[in-house]
Amino acid sequence: MLYQLEGSQAVARAVALCRPDVVCAYPISPQTHIIEALGALVKSDQLDAEFINADSEFSALSVSIGASAVGARAYTATASQGLLFMMEAVYNAAGLGLPIVMTLANRAIGAPINIWNDHSDAMSVRDSGWVQLFAETNQEAVDLHFLAFALAEELSVPVMVCVDGFILTHSIERVDLPEPEVVDALLPPFLPRQSLDPNDPVSIGAMVGPEAFTEVRYLAQVRLHQALDVIPRLGERHRSLLGRHAAQLIDGYELDDADVVVIAMGSVLGTIKDVVDDMRAEGHRIGALSITCFRPFPAAAVREALSRATRLVVVEKAFSIGYGGILSTDISLALRGLSTPIHEVIAGLGGRPVWADSLRGVFSDALAGTLVETTFLDLDRSLVDAELARMAATRRSGPPAENVLRDLADVGRSA
Amino acid sequence: MSIERTPVRFYQVGSFAVGNRLVEVERRSAQSDPGRANSLTSGHRACAGCGEALGARYALDAAMRASHHQLVAVNATGCLEVFSTPYPETSWRLPWLHSLFGNAAAVATGVAAGLRATGRGHVRVVAQGGDGGTADIGLGPLSGMFERNDDVLYICYDNEAYMNTGVQRSGTTPGAARTATTESVGEHPGNRFGQGKDLPRIAMAHEIPYVATATVADLFDLESKVERAMEIHGARYLHILVPCPLGWGSVSSDTVRLARLAHQTGLFPVFEARYGEVTSITPIRRPEPVESYLRLQKRFAHLFNREGEVADRATVALIQSHASHNITRYGLLGDSDD
Amino acid sequence: MTERRPFAITLDMGSSLANRTGTWRTERPVYVHRLPPCSAGCPAAEDIQGWLYHAEEGGYESAWRVIMEKNPLPAIMGRACFHPCESGCNRVQVDEAVGINAVERFLGDLALERNWHVPPGPATGRRVAVVGSGPGGLSSAYHLRRRGHDVVVFEAQEDLGGMMRYGIPAYRLPRDVVSAEIARLAEMGVRFEVSHWVNDVHDLLREGFEAVVVAVGAQRGRDPGIPAGDAARILDAVGVLRSLEEGDPPALGRRVVVYGGGDTAMDAARTATRLGATETVVVYRRTRDVMPAHDEEVLDAEAEGVQMRWLSTIARADEDQMMIEKMRLDDQGRAVGTGEFEEFVADTVVLALGQEADLDLVEKVNGVTVTDGAVVCDEFQRTGDPRVFVVGDASSNGADSRTLTRAIGQGRLCAEAVDALLLHRDAQPDPQLAPAGAERLNTWYYADAERTVRPRLEVARRRDTFSEVVGGLTVEDALFEARRCMSCGNCFECDNCFGVCPDNAVIKLGPGQGYAFNYDYCKGCGICVAECPCGAIDLIPEPR
Repeated sequence: MLYQLEGSQAVARAVALCRPDVVCAYPISPQTHIIEALGALVKSDQLDAEFINADSEFSALSVSIGASAVGARAYTATASQGLLFMMEAVYNAAGLGLPIVMTLANRAIGAPINIWNDHSDAMSVRDSGWVQLFAETNQEAVDLHFLAFALAEELSVPVMVCVDGFILTHSIERVDLPEPEVVDALLPPFLPRQSLDPNDPVSIGAMVGPEAFTEVRYLAQVRLHQALDVIPRLGERHRSLLGRHAAQLIDGYELDDADVVVIAMGSVLGTIKDVVDDMRAEGHRIGALSITCFRPFPAAAVREALSRATRLVVVEKAFSIGYGGILSTDISLALRGLSTPIHEVIAGLGGRPVWADSLRGVFSDALAGTLVETTFLDLDRSLVDAELARMAATRRSGPPAENVLRDLADVGRSA
Repeated sequence: MSIERTPVRFYQVGSFAVGNRLVEVERRSAQSDPGRANSLTSGHRACAGCGEALGARYALDAAMRASHHQLVAVNATGCLEVFSTPYPETSWRLPWLHSLFGNAAAVATGVAAGLRATGRGHVRVVAQGGDGGTADIGLGPLSGMFERNDDVLYICYDNEAYMNTGVQRSGTTPGAARTATTESVGEHPGNRFGQGKDLPRIAMAHEIPYVATATVADLFDLESKVERAMEIHGARYLHILVPCPLGWGSVSSDTVRLARLAHQTGLFPVFEARYGEVTSITPIRRPEPVESYLRLQKRFAHLFNREGEVADRATVALIQSHASHNITRYGLLGDSDD
Repeated sequence: MTERRPFAITLDMGSSLANRTGTWRTERPVYVHRLPPCSAGCPAAEDIQGWLYHAEEGGYESAWRVIMEKNPLPAIMGRACFHPCESGCNRVQVDEAVGINAVERFLGDLALERNWHVPPGPATGRRVAVVGSGPGGLSSAYHLRRRGHDVVVFEAQEDLGGMMRYGIPAYRLPRDVVSAEIARLAEMGVRFEVSHWVNDVHDLLREGFEAVVVAVGAQRGRDPGIPAGDAARILDAVGVLRSLEEGDPPALGRRVVVYGGGDTAMDAARTATRLGATETVVVYRRTRDVMPAHDEEVLDAEAEGVQMRWLSTIARADEDQMMIEKMRLDDQGRAVGTGEFEEFVADTVVLALGQEADLDLVEKVNGVTVTDGAVVCDEFQRTGDPRVFVVGDASSNGADSRTLTRAIGQGRLCAEAVDALLLHRDAQPDPQLAPAGAERLNTWYYADAERTVRPRLEVARRRDTFSEVVGGLTVEDALFEARRCMSCGNCFECDNCFGVCPDNAVIKLGPGQGYAFNYDYCKGCGICVAECPCGAIDLIPEPR
């Protein structure tokens, strides 16, 4: 059935359709609307689940770990600082192989504190052993949750569905929510790989020393890689049951004859595709590639999809301070041995709008062969230069963020 | 012949020894049962004379009996976790989960919720951790579990420092005690005196249905508290003093004796509380000065001279004043109203 | 589901049993049996802890049978024994000594009531004569009969029991009890010949007895030779007590002085009171604290109105009055005369200054040595003649403490030696166990429980009656009292070791079977040793 829904409401309803046993979360913007909605569904008996208001994100995921370990379907949601506060448990849930599903309403990480969207939170846990899926639209956010539970429980790994904060979570779009029977068909009852059961007691969470730790990690790698086979299979099933385009590992757009391919994750693909459409209309051979499954990284699929491109532009909403683009690094590793130039474009940090015009400028440069290796999209050069000058002038410069704000104030005053 | 007779209800070792062949089987301790759960079984790697290993088996076996073996345990990181489950061996004979150091209470909440949500609400949940995992790093999740009144019995095995990492000070380390981070050097050797974290009282401040303290020296008291706790649903807290030969610098055979002295000196008050009010105390039976407790432990060695006489009178007097305060506060010399 | 479980992180239940932590050990606990102070102090070497163990769970017959291993006369000893077992009892560390004697009497009485018996041993056809039917003779006869020998007891008096009948007053030891316990021996097949005076043990050896046990006791009162006028009435305490038993109580008058400080003096004084004396005074040359009479007897005497005069000797006795010299203690604590005299009015003086044996029957035996009125014996009551044994007051062994209990203990050792002689083997001494001192106990575990006081006949009713003064325990009280035993040095299955082991390395073997250590896992921490209430575990160096 079609609804006009806020993204958070849609995600909440999708999660409810997955019949979680335990929902536990701690409020943080921009995740709040999701758990508020789930809380209301439980309170109004529309969802039969344990809804627990945790005392912190660390507790929220810990509650989910406990629930999952007794074979309950567990769900939580967070963002940004909240994800970092649960960091220890993030790794733990993965290490224990517990099929928890988490919605990450992507948001920047402070300091400076910032509640708006980017992907630095998701990137901070990319090595934790969770499956990370990125939603391009609210519809995809909905559909990815069905897939997430099915995938998590089949492989006994935790899955994180990354939904851009505010951009998706707080925007109202038309969303098609399937009937409960359809979701039930997509998602069989949870048969846990391990469960704490008094009738068959096991100890979960042993200490493993050097003698077996490498093997444990190797097996985790093998298991997570299995998702690269399972996701397309589940996607196929979803397509047939939902009757619409369903998530895949990656999603190509106008790739067939594209020389320049723009690669990105999440909602920014919408703007990118608009720009691609515009530029194609003008005769440029440009296409786009959406990475839906960031972990495990579908290197082979990416390599195949990009095999005929001559130049790549990676638009990413996070970067590794001290090095550069994170997705770009993964892409370049996937293309090992090929000489395709890769340009990284850092965009949309801390909620900075990613304008179509700005992207178009970058893509045009790429087509012209004049794009530099690294671009910070719409960087206020004068502001940065002023601070750099100050830093050069005095060794004791103070916090850069404060200084930049002061400069902004000065600019405002002089204007 | 008008002689007053003592009624015969006397059981020789009364309720102080583990077992008593003179008592009806159903009234005996869980530990005296040859078929006891042995929740923590042999082969674990705890130090010789470990009070925590003893306390854990005492508490969990009692909980197993009370729950008819329908029990799940969640364990914080710490000695108990490390010595019981080094791959490829586990000493646990009940379903057991270790997640992290500071999250045992929250994990237990999840276990309870998960069991309830999947139609297994009859299975009971115990969370357990050391003093560090409880009073320090795990206090937030513990407080949350209390505040929500989740159906979990949380058991703290308090050995008064971070023993697993090599005896560093924790929030429950007593004043003057030597630890690796409060060495017995300088003008005020050992741990500084402060309020410490009185976890049972912090728990009581949440007004949860049940809070109790116990030691490994009084098995019947400990078991009865576990049993009482298991009769109740909601958040419950049991704080058990478990001497640590390694960290306290005591002889391994003195573990139970030290726990007994901690109670008899008044340094560790043994009581029960419901909804924030103390409802019973376990009275001191044979009062002892704090010296007799301190003298047996190397962590307090700097308070004594080589002959074992008190050298630092002021500090010992201060410790005695803490004990006396407990005795007054809880009425530990009075009769139990239990 | 096992094959689905994650590798290494999830483990199967209880798999740590593969880790044998016993290899860490440098010391190991071992269960031991030690000698409790009660048994150490018991002249009859009763396994008191052993029988209290049965009694405390209501196994009265089993308890009684354990007593009967050592002492054939529990109903008598439960009354007349001065229970040195209780003096040594470690329970005084907690509250008061266990009332062992009262429980023994309870068991002895119960055995009589229920007619429990002990069977004789398989017949050997060997013949042994016992001269005297006092406690030493009866004990010898009983233990020999248990070994299957034919035993004949020769008694000079008309009735059996020796001092138990003719010495100890009936208010302390009712005669029906004496008769009943002796009757049980007769039922075992011990033969008794009363009014049979043995002049010479050679007569018995010639009759075919292969060994003779002389148990004639010490019946003759010592006479200090007090200067006395012709009309002075001076009697011997043993004689007074005997004539009372023979139904011919002597006239003692209204004012009676008893001279001496032993139990016999107390018996005589209390008897005098019962025979009508209005004023009975015990005169003793030294002080109360060194008086040989047992405290309980002194207290009972005082309660009944007997007066005591310490530091006094009788210098001279005449009709109606006598002269008392006051004494003082010198530097060495000896009583010496002060030269200060006092007149004292008295109808009768009863001498209670100790007894001697009549040893004519061994006079002609080669190798028998008599010293200080008693026959010198070895630890098995053997004399210089291998066929002749002497037990009880006639033996010099333990002459400083002539008690029924000592005689019973000697009777048993003597029976062992006689048996060894008959079977041509070496006599075996009792196993020597290390003592279970109070320092080994962890008294924390014993509940506080003051001893149960045996009911006592009210004083007003004692003065004119020979009814038994001290009553027996009820079943409840006997059980209570038995349970006060701390079982020093011997496991009583309190489960402490089983419980306090942090490594579950103690195996509970089941009721009556005790425990075993599982050395596969025992780390040797020693908590079981420290927390064993009764000190029945030692920690010893681990063998290499």
